[in-house]
This record gives sequence, structure tokens and C-alpha cells, in this order.
Amino acid sequence: MSDTTHTAAETPQRWLRRQGRWSPVEIVFWLATLLPFFLFPTYLPLASQVAIAALFAISVDLVLGYAGIVTLGHAMFFGLGAYAAGLLSVYGWGEPITGLLFAGVFAGLVGFVASFLIVRVQHLALLMVTLGLGLLTYELANAMTWLTGGTDGLRGIRMWQVFGYFRFDLWGYTAYGYSLAVLFIGFLISRTIVNSSFGLALRGIRENVKRMPAIGSDYKWHLQKIYAISAALAGVAGGLLVQTTSTVTMEVLSFQRSADVVVMLILGGTGRLYGAIVGAIIFLLVRDQLAGMNPQYWYFGIGLLLMVVVLFMPKGILGALARLTSKRG
Amino acid sequence: MLKTESISKKFGSLEVARAVSLELPRGARHALIGPNGAGKTTLINLITGHLKPDSGRILLEGEDITGVAPAARVRRGLTRTFQINTLFPDLTPIEAVTLAVCEREGEAGQFWRSLASHTDAIDEAYGVLSQLRLADVATRTTRTLPYGQQRLLEIALALATKPKVLLLDEPAAGVPRDESAMLFSVIAALPDDISVLFIEHDMNLVFQFASRITVLVAGGVLLEAEPDVIRTDSRVREVYLGHGHD
Repeated sequence: MSDTTHTAAETPQRWLRRQGRWSPVEIVFWLATLLPFFLFPTYLPLASQVAIAALFAISVDLVLGYAGIVTLGHAMFFGLGAYAAGLLSVYGWGEPITGLLFAGVFAGLVGFVASFLIVRVQHLALLMVTLGLGLLTYELANAMTWLTGGTDGLRGIRMWQVFGYFRFDLWGYTAYGYSLAVLFIGFLISRTIVNSSFGLALRGIRENVKRMPAIGSDYKWHLQKIYAISAALAGVAGGLLVQTTSTVTMEVLSFQRSADVVVMLILGGTGRLYGAIVGAIIFLLVRDQLAGMNPQYWYFGIGLLLMVVVLFMPKGILGALARLTSKRG
Repeated sequence: MLKTESISKKFGSLEVARAVSLELPRGARHALIGPNGAGKTTLINLITGHLKPDSGRILLEGEDITGVAPAARVRRGLTRTFQINTLFPDLTPIEAVTLAVCEREGEAGQFWRSLASHTDAIDEAYGVLSQLRLADVATRTTRTLPYGQQRLLEIALALATKPKVLLLDEPAAGVPRDESAMLFSVIAALPDDISVLFIEHDMNLVFQFASRITVLVAGGVLLEAEPDVIRTDSRVREVYLGHGHD
């Protein structure tokens, strides 16, 4: 976001404050997220899926886009959150909001434990560790059939009404409203984080990890913190999916999900939060359209889109848009 | 202030530091010179903890810091700069220096408070940038700054840690001659209570700014003395100034 023009007279105080300010485009964007209720009521279940994927992608953006931790195993936390929320309901507690908190705290704790391993490795080894942890979790869930239901999935999830009032309806009104509200809260939290001094430290790590100790930073502690926060957010996203669809299958832990979320992020653009949301929208809409045309080969289209974006828009679709507008302005 | 007691380091059979003992009193302007490969940067790496000595001790204000991690040494007041720019390319100078201030104050981990609300840290960072004549470019992306200003930012980042001892590894490396004199005048104007150890190849600058000089050859100290003594020493002339210099 430092590519904005500046005037020499502006004080650094002012300049920094401006970096964290809401722009009109953002407000319009969030208002537009309400449109599906009125314009495309038949697409509400899909819109809910998009909101959940966007929250998951934001959680990955925090580690990948801001702190520079490349991960191919984040579905692990999504899935752990999903099973946590699902099991809580199966064992008799179907209240959604506490269920989500439970999912987030559980995934966050596992994330914190995993972070001790994550900060010990870099580059390819880091990628392999995240991948390995993801695969381990998947097989663990597979082996613990008595708890997870294995490949059959978890049965008997019954969610109570949100705030004791909004029942999860067949058309997805509650599902989308609930998912959107949680996405927005998750976004606000993430926004606060990236605009803080901690967010600056994360960018410092991404920009030059070698310099961090030379300015007296215990940067590994920063990394552990953001990894746990990100895991918690991913867990909430997983919990949302279970609560709005009343099912959990092994798919929530799959490598495919870990890879898809990175693809969404690359499509939208990393390190800008909105890239995660835009990426999730594009990915799921394209998938929906392509799957309608040809259910077997829809990944072909995603692959093509990914190549075009990586080759011609190295900073993602939002990055390209930002460049266009800043050139004009 | 800073003292090394006979530190040694071997890479395989190559002795890169041979029983090096140095002492920097408060306010020192101490130059470290020697031919290429003499182990100057290695010595800085040993002092800052980027390398572990095989033997010997490093003392900061009388305390043994030989086993202390690099980041913790910085927090105790022992800071370095790098010969090759080691900056944050996509951050602006004001962001980078504010980050260093926040790290020093232990505020960098606060994720609930907006960066703009750290007004003291921002003001201090701006002060450091002004001191190094970088105020005008404070909000430009580091990557886009001219090389000479990036060298100054190297020093600004180090100063933001409030060092007691500052180790400058060729601060003027790659900077044109006229600019490097300016750069050294900035260094000379640093507060008197900071002890500075610097590596520099330009002997004119060394003789102009150093109050004491250590000559390092093949990992060992050949001679430590005042500039006038170094200038006339025949051994130094032989190994270092030898050929080419008048």
C-alpha cells in the first residue's frame, strides 16, 4: 500500500495514519456483499461458501502474504475447527457462536504447538513441514473413525438457532447472513492486526528476515503468534462450514483444500486481505460456472486462470487493479 | 564498553580469527583495517553473535555476552550495520525505523494497537531520519531510494536501537568518494557516548575519523595504535599500504 503518491509537506504521522484509513471503495465493497440477499437469493448457499472460503483465505494471507510463511497444509486447521464444531454439536451443544469460538480456540492451540516446528525451518523445508503436518492430520482423522466417522463423515450434527432466533433455513438466508457477519468480524480483526506495529513487524520479517535480529527483534516469537492467530481464524472458517451445512467429511482436511486456498490467494493477490476475498469469489464462481458446463474437467479452467494471473499479474488481480488506478490517479 | 578477550575461530583448518583482543572505551572511534580476507567482517560477526567463537570471551560493559543471542545483544546496546544493504525493500524509511524503535521498546508485538497510535516511536524515528538527512524521503519506498541514501538508512536502523556500541561494516561501501566523506561526517557527528568500530578501506577517511586503529592480518591483530603510529609503521606499509599507495 506504500505505492500511493505523497506530498513533501505531509508529516510522517499523518502519512502513517492515512495508511490505515477506510477508503470509500472498501465501504462500497462491504455494502455490495449484501446484494445476494436481494439479487441472487437462489445463490445464497454458494455465497455462504464464498464467505467461508474468503475467511479461510484471509487466515492464510496473514501467514503467507504478511509474514511470508509459505504453507500447503492450512486445511489442517480448517478441518480441526470443522471437527471441533461438529463434535461439539454431536455431543449435545448446538449453540453456533460458542461452537465457533470453541473451533477457533482448539485450532489456535494446535497451531501454537505446531508453530514451534514451523519457525525452525524455511523455504522448501517449511513447505514440506506444512504439507507433512496436513497429511498427518488427515490420516489421523481417517484412523480415528470412532470419533470422526472416517470417510462416511460425522453424523448427527444439529445446530441451534443463531441468537436463539435465526433458524438455519433451507434457502441459506441465515447461513449467508451468519457467514458474512463472521467473515466481517474476522476481517476487522485481521485488519487491526496488519495495521498494528505487530503487522509492521510481520512485513519486516517478510521483507528481510536477516535484518530482524539486527534491530533487536525476537522475530520467531512474532511468527509463532501470527501462526496461532491464523490457525484460529482458519478453525473458525472450518467451524462455519460445518454449522452452515450440518456435515463434516474428511474433505475439510484434504490437501486439495490446502492447495485451493493458496490458489485463491494467488488469484486475488497476497498481502492485502481483500485479495483473499476477491480470490475466493473468483475461484468459487468460476468453479460453479465451469462445473455446470463440464463437471469433469473444471480444474482445467482454474489452471488456465492461474497461469494467466501468475504470468501477467504477478501481484494478483487486485494488485493489477491497484496499479491501474494509481497510474490513472 | 566493549571488550573481546582472545577470541578465535576456525573454518576447518583456516584460522579466520586468531586470539583477537580488542577494547573499545566509551566514545571510541575505532577503525578496523586490513587486506581483503583478513577477517574483518568475521570479527564483526563474532562480536555480534552471528558466528560463535571457538574460544575467548566477549564482554559488554563488563558482562560476558559470549553466549547471548544476536537479537538480545542488540537489545543490550550492541548493534551493527551490514556491508551489503540489508534493508526492508518494500517498507518506507519511516516504517522501518519506527519498527526498530518499537522493537527496542518491546511494543512491536502489540497487534491490537494501530501503528499510527505509537506517536512517540514515530516521532523518534523521524528524528533519527532527520539526523541522517533522510527526512525528505521518509515516506518513499526504500527500494526506490538512491544507493547513498540506502547506506544512510542502514545506519538509521542501527541508531534506532539506541546502541552503546555501533559496529559499522564498510558504511561507505559502493558510495562515490564525495558522498562517502559526507557519510563519514554524519558518523563523526554521532553522540559522544556511542562507541564506534568501523571497517573502511579508504585510508584517508580512516586517518581522518579514527582515533585508534587496529590492523588485522590473516585473522590476527598485527598492530593496534593511534593513526600517526599506523601511518609510519613499516610492517603496516608492507602488508597493507605497500604497493600503489604513494
